[in-house]
Amino acid sequence: MKLTLWTYEGPPHIGAMRIATAMEGVHYVLHAPQGDTYADLLFTMIERMNKRPPVTYTTFQARDLGGDTAELFKDAARSAYARFKPDLLMVGASCTAELIQDDPGGLAAALQLSVPVLPLELPAYQKKENWGAAETFYQMVRLLGKDYVLSPGEKRKPRPAGLPPSCNILGPTALGFRHRDDLVEIRKLLRQIGVRVNVVAPLGAKPEDISRLHEADFNVVLYPEVANSAAQWLSKNFGQPSTKTIPIGFNATRAFIEEVCTLAQIHCDIDELTKRSRARWYALSVDSTYLTNKRVFIFGDATHAIAAAKVASQEMGFQVVGLGTYSRELAREVREAASQYGIEALITDDYLEVEQRITELQPELILGSQMERHIAKRLKIPCAVISAPIHVQDFPARYSPQMGFEGANVLFDTWVHPLMMGLEEHLIGMFREDFEFHDGAAPSHLGHGHQRTPANEANVASEPTPVPEVAVANGAPVTESVWEPEAQKELNKIPFFVRGKAKRNTERFAIERGLSTISLETLYDAKAHFGR
Amino acid sequence: MNRVIPLQSAAAACDSQDRAILKERGQREVFCGLTGIIWLHRKIQDAFFLVVGSRTCAHLVQSAAGVMIFAEPRFATAIIDDHDLAGLADANEELDRVVDQLLTRRPDIKMLFLVGSCPSEVIKLDLSRAAERLSKTYTPRVRILNYSGSGIETTFTQGEDACLAALAKEIPRHAQDHPAQREVDLLIVGCLADVVEDQFSRIFNELGIESYAFFPPRRSGDIPCLGPNTRYLLVQPFLTETARVLDDMGAKRIPAPFPLGVEGTEGWFAAAAKAFGIDPNHVEKVIAPKRQRANLALERQRQVLNGRSIFFFPDSQLEIPLARFLHRELGMQLTEIGMPYIHRQHLAEELALLPAEVSLSEGQDVEKQLDRCRNYRPDMVVCGLGLANPLEAEGMTTKWSIELVFTPIQGFDQAADLAELFARPLVRRTKFAA
Repeated sequence: MKLTLWTYEGPPHIGAMRIATAMEGVHYVLHAPQGDTYADLLFTMIERMNKRPPVTYTTFQARDLGGDTAELFKDAARSAYARFKPDLLMVGASCTAELIQDDPGGLAAALQLSVPVLPLELPAYQKKENWGAAETFYQMVRLLGKDYVLSPGEKRKPRPAGLPPSCNILGPTALGFRHRDDLVEIRKLLRQIGVRVNVVAPLGAKPEDISRLHEADFNVVLYPEVANSAAQWLSKNFGQPSTKTIPIGFNATRAFIEEVCTLAQIHCDIDELTKRSRARWYALSVDSTYLTNKRVFIFGDATHAIAAAKVASQEMGFQVVGLGTYSRELAREVREAASQYGIEALITDDYLEVEQRITELQPELILGSQMERHIAKRLKIPCAVISAPIHVQDFPARYSPQMGFEGANVLFDTWVHPLMMGLEEHLIGMFREDFEFHDGAAPSHLGHGHQRTPANEANVASEPTPVPEVAVANGAPVTESVWEPEAQKELNKIPFFVRGKAKRNTERFAIERGLSTISLETLYDAKAHFGR
Repeated sequence: MNRVIPLQSAAAACDSQDRAILKERGQREVFCGLTGIIWLHRKIQDAFFLVVGSRTCAHLVQSAAGVMIFAEPRFATAIIDDHDLAGLADANEELDRVVDQLLTRRPDIKMLFLVGSCPSEVIKLDLSRAAERLSKTYTPRVRILNYSGSGIETTFTQGEDACLAALAKEIPRHAQDHPAQREVDLLIVGCLADVVEDQFSRIFNELGIESYAFFPPRRSGDIPCLGPNTRYLLVQPFLTETARVLDDMGAKRIPAPFPLGVEGTEGWFAAAAKAFGIDPNHVEKVIAPKRQRANLALERQRQVLNGRSIFFFPDSQLEIPLARFLHRELGMQLTEIGMPYIHRQHLAEELALLPAEVSLSEGQDVEKQLDRCRNYRPDMVVCGLGLANPLEAEGMTTKWSIELVFTPIQGFDQAADLAELFARPLVRRTKFAA
C-alpha cells in the first residue's frame, strides 16, 4: 500500500484506451464497475475530443457479484459489436474486474465474432498507464502482423529499385503530450528528406494498417514509452531497424535526420533543412546571455526529460541541477543521462519527493509536468511544462509541436517566457527602489494575475529552512544563525527572485562555519563562496 | 401575493404512484461515490479523506477534481498493490502504516474518513474494523470513521450520503450526557455552500426557529446533539442512508420539496415552519419580500428559457427538483428526466409537482438513452462531462451537471443564479449564430 496524493500516471487500462481512441475501427469492451467511465472525460474534456472514446463499460454492481458477471460481460461485448461494428475488438478488465477473474479474453472468444479479438491482460496492481499503452500496442502489432512474420533465416526482400524508401511512424496516441502536432512536424520533415510514410500508428491507424507495418523499410519511434516493445518485435520478426534519436531540440533534430538518412540509405542536405530554424540563432543572440547557467530542474516522462536536459544544457546554456522521471521502465536511460551532468537522477512517482528535491535545489527554472507547475507556483519559481500527465492546457488551439525545428522554436519560447527578461532583470537589480520595480512587481509581461501580495511574500520569508547539523564551534553545534539588522537590511536589497536562495545559502554558510550570527561580512563571504 | 406565472395546482399533476418509470441497466456514464470527496473535503475543513483503493481511484479523484489543485489536498489514496493482494503484506498492517504516515504529516487533521472503493470491497478489506482499531490509537486527537464510495455500491452523490450517514452515527443524543454539545430542535442535513447556510440561518431566525444546526458542520468538533424531539430537513434528494440513520436515532424527517428555485425554497421553509407550529401569516410576512425579489431576478432568465425543451441524463440525483423548477418557474418543456435511482418517499412532494406527460427513467443504458435524446432533439441536454462535448459536436446545447453540485444554487437569492446556469449555454449559442 502506498500513500499517494497525486499520481503521474493512470492505471494501465487508461493506456489501452489511449490506443483504442487513437485508432479507427477499434472498439474496447472493458469489464469495469460504475465510475470507471470517468476515463471518458479525459478525452472529451482534456483533449476536447468531439466524440466519445470507443469504449463500452460493463458497469457491474455489488449485487451482480454473487451472480453472473461473466454473462454481463458477454452481453456488453455482443451489443457493442452489433452497434459499433468494429474491425477489431479489444477486451479487458479494469482493476476491480481483474479481481473477480472473469477472463474477458476467453468469454469474448466464446462469442465467435467475425473480427479479430485482442484480449488484454494489464495487471492494474503492478503496472501503470504508459506500460498499458505499450503492451496494448505491442499485442495488437503481434496479433495483426503474425501472418507476415519472416521464417527463421529468411532475409528481408530488398526494396524494389525506383521506389522511395519508406518508414512507419510509431508511438503517437490519443491524450499524448503534443503528439498531434509532433506528428505533423515529423511527417513534414520526412517528406523533405524524401522518405515515404507507410503507416502512422496508433494515431489514425485502422487495424488493416497495422497489418501493413511490415511493408516499410524501417520504423521511426517517436515515443519509446509507447512504441519500444512493438518496434523491437518488428525488428526481430521483419528485420526492420528503428530510429533511436528523439527529435526534440535543434541538435537532436539534425541527428535524427542523419539517422533517418542512414536507415533509408539516402543523402540529404541537412544545412538546407535547418536554414529556417530560429531557435539556434535566438539562443546565440546577445539578448540570451542572461540565460547562461540558469539553474534548471527537469522532471517528466523519460523521453521528454532526457531530451529537455540535452536542450537545456547544450542549446540554451542552462545548468542542469536536477533530472528525474516517473517512468520506471526507462530509469536506466535517465540515470545515464543524469550522470552526464554530474548529478544523480530522481526516479520516483511520489510527487512529494519531487517537491522536496525542488525545495532543496531552489532552481531558477523548472521544466516539468503540470504537477511540477503547481510546485513551482507554490515556491514562486518560473516553470514551463514539457511532459504529461496531461492537462487541458497541453492541448493548445495553436500549432505547438515539441519535435522538429518548429518544436525547437516552441521550446525556446516556452522556456524563456516564464523567466524575467534580460534587460528587465538588470534594471530591477539597479533600480530596485523604483516604484514600478518594487518587490511586489511581477515580470512585466506576466500581467496582473501574477502579482505578489504581502501575505505570500511573508510566507517566503518565514519558510522553514532545512538546517543541517554540521559544524561545531565553541564546543556546541550551531543549528541556527541569527541575522544582524544591518545584514538583514542588505539582504532585502537583493532582488526578490534570488533573495530566497541568497538567504538559504548564507544561512547554510554560517551554520557550516559555526557562526551564530550573520553579519554584513558573512553575507558577502557567502556570496563570494557560492558565486558562480 | 400573486406569483408572476400561474402554477399548475399539485392536484392537476399526476400522482407519483401511478407514474410509469423506465428502468434500465447497462453502461452508466456516471461517476462513483468517491467523487463526493471533492466537495466534502472543502466542507468539513479539518477532515481528511483517505481512499483505500487502486491507482484508478486515485486517478479518478484527481481527474474529477478539475485535474490537480495546487494546494495540498485533504484527500489521498492508499494505493493497494500486488503485495497486498498476494497476501505478502497484511493489508491491515499496511493500512495502519499509511494512516500513521498521513497523520504524522498532517497534525492539523481532526477527523479521518477511510473511504472504501471497488477493489477494497471486492477483497473484503473491512474498513469499519480498521476504523475501530485505529480509533483506539488516535482518540482523542483524531476521530476515524469509514464509509464506502465504491462504484459497485454508490453512484456519484451517494458518496456524500454514505459519508454523512457515517458521520450521523456519531451524533450524540441528549445534551445532559454531552454538556459540550448543544441540543437542537432542527437539523438541516446535506452540504450547502457557506453563503447559503448563512442566508438560511437568517431566514430561520426571522421565522422564529432558533434551535437549529447544519449537518455536516464546518468543523468536525461542532457536531450538534439530538434531543428527544429533534426533527430534520433534507437539503439534498440523495440522502437516503443518512435519513435512515437519523430515523433510527429517533429524529423525525419533515417532508418537503427541495430548496431549489423560489417555489421549492418556499415549500421547504414552509414545511419547517409548519412543523414548528409557526403562524402562517408570520411565515408569509418573512417569505414575501424574498419571493418577490427572487421572482424579479428570475424574469430575465425566463425570457431565455421559456418554451425551450430539456433532456436530463442521470447524474447528480438533483434532476427531478431541477426539472420541476425549470418547468414550473421558467416555462421549460420537459422531455425525459433520467435519475440514477428514484427515492419515491423523499421525492414525493417533488413528483407531485411534475406534469403527467414527462417520462422518467431510472438507471441507465447510455447508448439507448443517447438514441432517445437524439430522437427528441431537445434545446438543451443536461449531462456529465464524458458526454457534453460529443453532444455539442452533434449540434446539441449542453449543461454539465457536475457544476450543479459545486455551485451555490439553493435558496431564494440563488434561484436566478441557478436559472442562469441553464440560460448561459443557450445565450452563448445565439451569440455564435449571429
